[in-house]
Amino acid sequence: MRANTWAGRNKVKVRDVPDPKILNKRDAIVRITSTAICGSDLHLVNGYVPTMQDGDVMGHEFMGEVIEVGSAVPAEKLRVGDRVVVPFPIACGACGACTAQLYSCCENSNPNAGIAEKMFGHPVAGIFGYSHLTGGFAGGQAQYARVPFADVGPLKIESDLTDEQVLFLSDILPTGYMGAEMCDIQSSDVVAVWGAGPVGQFAMDSARVLGAAKVIAIDKEPYRLQMAERAGHIPVNFEEVDVRSRLLELTGGRGPDKCIDAVGLEATHGSAHIAAYDHLKQAVRSESDRPHALRQAIMSCRSGGVVSVIGVYGGLVDKFPAGAWMNRSLTLRTGQCHVQRYMKPLLQRIERGEIDPTRIITHTLPLDDASRGFDIFKNKQEDCEKVVLKP
Amino acid sequence: MAHLEAVRATGDRTSHWSASAPFGKNVEWDAEIVDEAPGEKIAWRSTGDADVPNTGAVRFVPAPDGVSTEVHVVLTYDIPGGSVGKAVAKYLGEEPHQQLDDDLRRLKQVLETGEVVRSDGAPWGKKARKEFPQRPAQPLSDAELEKGADA
Ligand SMILES: [Zn+2]
Ligand SMILES: [Zn+2]
Repeated sequence: MRANTWAGRNKVKVRDVPDPKILNKRDAIVRITSTAICGSDLHLVNGYVPTMQDGDVMGHEFMGEVIEVGSAVPAEKLRVGDRVVVPFPIACGACGACTAQLYSCCENSNPNAGIAEKMFGHPVAGIFGYSHLTGGFAGGQAQYARVPFADVGPLKIESDLTDEQVLFLSDILPTGYMGAEMCDIQSSDVVAVWGAGPVGQFAMDSARVLGAAKVIAIDKEPYRLQMAERAGHIPVNFEEVDVRSRLLELTGGRGPDKCIDAVGLEATHGSAHIAAYDHLKQAVRSESDRPHALRQAIMSCRSGGVVSVIGVYGGLVDKFPAGAWMNRSLTLRTGQCHVQRYMKPLLQRIERGEIDPTRIITHTLPLDDASRGFDIFKNKQEDCEKVVLKP
Repeated sequence: MAHLEAVRATGDRTSHWSASAPFGKNVEWDAEIVDEAPGEKIAWRSTGDADVPNTGAVRFVPAPDGVSTEVHVVLTYDIPGGSVGKAVAKYLGEEPHQQLDDDLRRLKQVLETGEVVRSDGAPWGKKARKEFPQRPAQPLSDAELEKGADA
């Protein structure tokens, strides 16, 4: 089959690889009809997540049709011919974490638990196409994919919604939603979201659906800010204004009640000297992440507010404003999304028309053009917000 | 238990064990059960001229949540080659401590999910020795599948 693979730092390549096969009795094989390039794929391509290997099949947002199921997948759960969206964390459904609905912390689904344990203290779940640290599972930017624990994760789509309406249930829509949900939003809340990429846009829409009074979008790309504004959010361009001052203006001096970091480890902005310091330390690998958005969210949030982190961090950060966090009674909440928990309720919100996931799609390309898709997404060319690939 | 090759009962409380070791060697020993409480605990020690003299105990303890079970393993062993042998074995991922870690994770997977979890990069499941030198995370060819766990 054809598959988009990691080919070294800053390089992906579509090549021929073997077709996937059932390796475990609870596997299914899915023929992929739509898959997407995710912002966190860029961290892999840019070389900030360790343990990638030449030839790794990429991609963790995908959907398609079940063409084979293992002998231990019950027919009432999944059958050949079912149309499914596949969640990015691989979860067994039975361990302590899964029982507590913390699916992205599944204790059983990562065969490379030893590597993850060294990096993070405890292992994390396996993730499709997301380095050997998260299990070495082949990803979904391909014609076919093997899906372990197929009786737990995949969501059956039984209505006639298009791929574009449901594909993002795989990752970015629940991720954005969880970012807003962790904020415990009240009807008087002003919510600020750092990053108007795809996850940030869905965090904004979710904050509004959950009842926020005002939602603020912070980014530097005019086309991304316009996209947020068209959806009814308030744009703040950090290249044109001082973010903290603007946030204070918009909130009567209090600061946003809830702040969402949808940027993560490759933040591009900062006060010039701290940004330069972060870049330098990251370049020599003595700091693995550039936490600028996180620092600014903590410093801007009102006292007693919540800072919710859904941007991806890989390792260590420094200059973390622990003083502001502690002295001003802030709550910090975070997590890789526990997608399985949100798929059904969010599908219902899509069916009821409360959220329109298609509004962020700017490009649809054949799988063979994956490399171009990565380029325009990464370099923010052609006003690229979200690329859907068709195998 | 991925490293165990065979266990053969040789008497009421005695058995003969063989396990894989670094450099493709096998180690063998006779063992006797020295303490046993059904459902709670089993303890053994090697007897006679064992390749790796060892004693150990497995205890099953109710977890504080009242539903789960904790498995505690204590293993004492005398590895051939002293500290050099131990360093070499550890580098190869076959030091008994690492073997035990692999085996406990696999046991947990089998008890909770019914199978040892395999990925494309690690088709043999959890195995310390194979954690860093992995194959690319892309589906296995028929030839690789045929070669099995050591491909
Ligand atoms: Zn993602
Ligand atoms: Zn689990």
